[in-house]
Amino acid sequence: MAAESGRAAEACVGQVVLPGDLLLLPAHYDEDAEGERLRLSTGAAPAGRLLCGPGLRRSGAGLLVTKCGLLRHRPAGPGAYWVDSQQKRYVPVKGDHVIGIVTAKAGDVFKLDVGGSELASLSYLAFEGATKRNRPNVQVGDLIYGQFLVANKDMEPEMVCIDSSGKSSGMGIIGQDGFLFKVSLGLIRKLLAPKCEIIQELSQLYPFELVLGMNGRIWVKAKTVQQTLIIVNILEACEYMTAEQRRQALAKLSGN
Amino acid sequence: MKATPLSNCERRFLLRAIQERKRLDGRQCYDYRNIRVSFGADRGCCIVELGKTRVLAQVSCELVSPKPNRPTEGVLFFNLELSPMAAPGLEPGRQSELLVSLNRLLERCLRDSKCIDTESLCVVAGEKVWQIRLDMHLLNHDGNITDAASIAGIVALCHFRRPDVSVQGEEVTVYTPEERDPVPLSIHHMPICVTFAFFHQGTYLLVDPSEREERVMDGLLVIAMNKHREICTIQSSGVVMLVQDQILRCSKITAVKVAEITELIQKALENDHKARKEGGKFGFAESIPNQRITAFKMESAAVDTNNVEEQAGEIIAKADPPSEVFANPILHTPGTAQIGEGIENSWGDLEESEKEEVAEEEGESEAAAFECQKTETEDTNMMKETKEDEPILLSDSEEEEVVILEPQEVPRKTRTQTSTKPENTSKKAFNKRRRKKRTSR
Repeated sequence: MAAESGRAAEACVGQVVLPGDLLLLPAHYDEDAEGERLRLSTGAAPAGRLLCGPGLRRSGAGLLVTKCGLLRHRPAGPGAYWVDSQQKRYVPVKGDHVIGIVTAKAGDVFKLDVGGSELASLSYLAFEGATKRNRPNVQVGDLIYGQFLVANKDMEPEMVCIDSSGKSSGMGIIGQDGFLFKVSLGLIRKLLAPKCEIIQELSQLYPFELVLGMNGRIWVKAKTVQQTLIIVNILEACEYMTAEQRRQALAKLSGN
Repeated sequence: MKATPLSNCERRFLLRAIQERKRLDGRQCYDYRNIRVSFGADRGCCIVELGKTRVLAQVSCELVSPKPNRPTEGVLFFNLELSPMAAPGLEPGRQSELLVSLNRLLERCLRDSKCIDTESLCVVAGEKVWQIRLDMHLLNHDGNITDAASIAGIVALCHFRRPDVSVQGEEVTVYTPEERDPVPLSIHHMPICVTFAFFHQGTYLLVDPSEREERVMDGLLVIAMNKHREICTIQSSGVVMLVQDQILRCSKITAVKVAEITELIQKALENDHKARKEGGKFGFAESIPNQRITAFKMESAAVDTNNVEEQAGEIIAKADPPSEVFANPILHTPGTAQIGEGIENSWGDLEESEKEEVAEEEGESEAAAFECQKTETEDTNMMKETKEDEPILLSDSEEEEVVILEPQEVPRKTRTQTSTKPENTSKKAFNKRRRKKRTSR
């Protein structure tokens, strides 16, 4: 296959890239951390690690695009490139926090549906304070918030509800009330961004509890059914509303 | 692919919402979703959108020999297909029960009601008759396939034109559309199916259930009626026993709905007819708008929030202000104390307000202070005085189960799940809940 001529990665930031595009990186991003090159110029180029985010794959001299979307770049910290794409179907990724629905109890292991192609498995010992004698009280149909320990294309995904130090840090069985619904993955990422406007504006309205799963599932609980429904509808509509429309809708709701 | 299972919390929430007469999309109990009919460029092709449920119908015709026992009647053939495109749980060949029941119902609705005049389809008695074939495909499943399919079927049949035929003696001439305009089918009336879903053993009734509501329903009643108030077919399924006056009430509702839907269909047919006659553009490319991800349009007024402010104001005005926060804990047994009275929490159903740990005092007073800020819009200084020497009345509600833990036997996980309010007396689970991401301020 003839090698495609790639474009410089910095030039494409913010533009649409298609699968198969090759993005060339500036020479100072080395793949090996050990090899050091002598630089004659005193350029301000930061020598550092480069993170290859979702939608990109390393290939030779540069990055190969595997998903279509907009290319984004973060220069600070470890520099990172990734592709922002619109998607509703979830693919399990290691370390992601997701909401799963228990579908079966098979011996010592629960089978959860996380929205991917395979059911994830969750051992009953992977809860905080769980021992062989003290099993967690999990029924079929319960909601579990956990993170992926193993998630690749060759094995069935495994989930746990504790982090590396053995603490639950918010994971575990989600309470009985409340409502679960599904949105696109892009909206979840938007809501999880620090200082998300939507969440701040909604919290002015009513108090509520919210659990966001990276697989597109959101669990909401507010005081009354009506309030829960309002929050569900607003979150679902946030996908298609501009910030101005959202503020108008919220202003109408809070009666101001 | 397997369908996503329904979690317990969704089921519970939906049933609770239905008890409070609330639906997920803000409709009333007897409201239909928006119905949209769009026609294709071919005659007899249409797409019906009932909310997000979409059905495509296509009518075609062919000259065949008639059935031996009915030599003067045309042949009708109906077929509805479900594919994984509509929903992940629908696999070809696996959902046979649903498919068979849908097909049977639509056949009864369209064929047995004799809405199409089959005698007019006869060309040469005993030799050649028209076979009218109606194919329907489900494009998206968001509940209530029956209604959408029945509307699509009857609209496609009304829209269809068959080639004109003339018989002279022994000669039969079939004219092409260029030679003579195709003629419409002879349709006597338009039967439309209306679906009713029953919940809580028949206590609650919803018209046009969406997919979530269909998953939690107990029973289903389908009534097919035309605008002359004639019932064409009626079918009841599920585990609900229906009473006579329920069915009569449903039939009255059906009459109203069918009249509305028939009017909508007539208007759509007229518009399309006008567009074709005047030479305007017609077909799916015109009627179905470009659906771009970045420009998705949603119909407004998803939730009826008109009364929220008044209702909230009413509730605030009628409610008593929260009682004074007593800083002195009431000691029940060594190690178990209680602050507050355990009733009259102005936050409603939250379990957090029933405290049994002294350590949570700060959290409680902070929450109570917040309550006071929120609910003190009026300046009534009515304070509830409870005398300390009166017996402590925890709650006179028969539903609440207040369990006081003895210090020796602290059960690890006691979730006493009653059907109305799950009373959680487990401290550990309580802590776990608090640590979750909680936005309250």
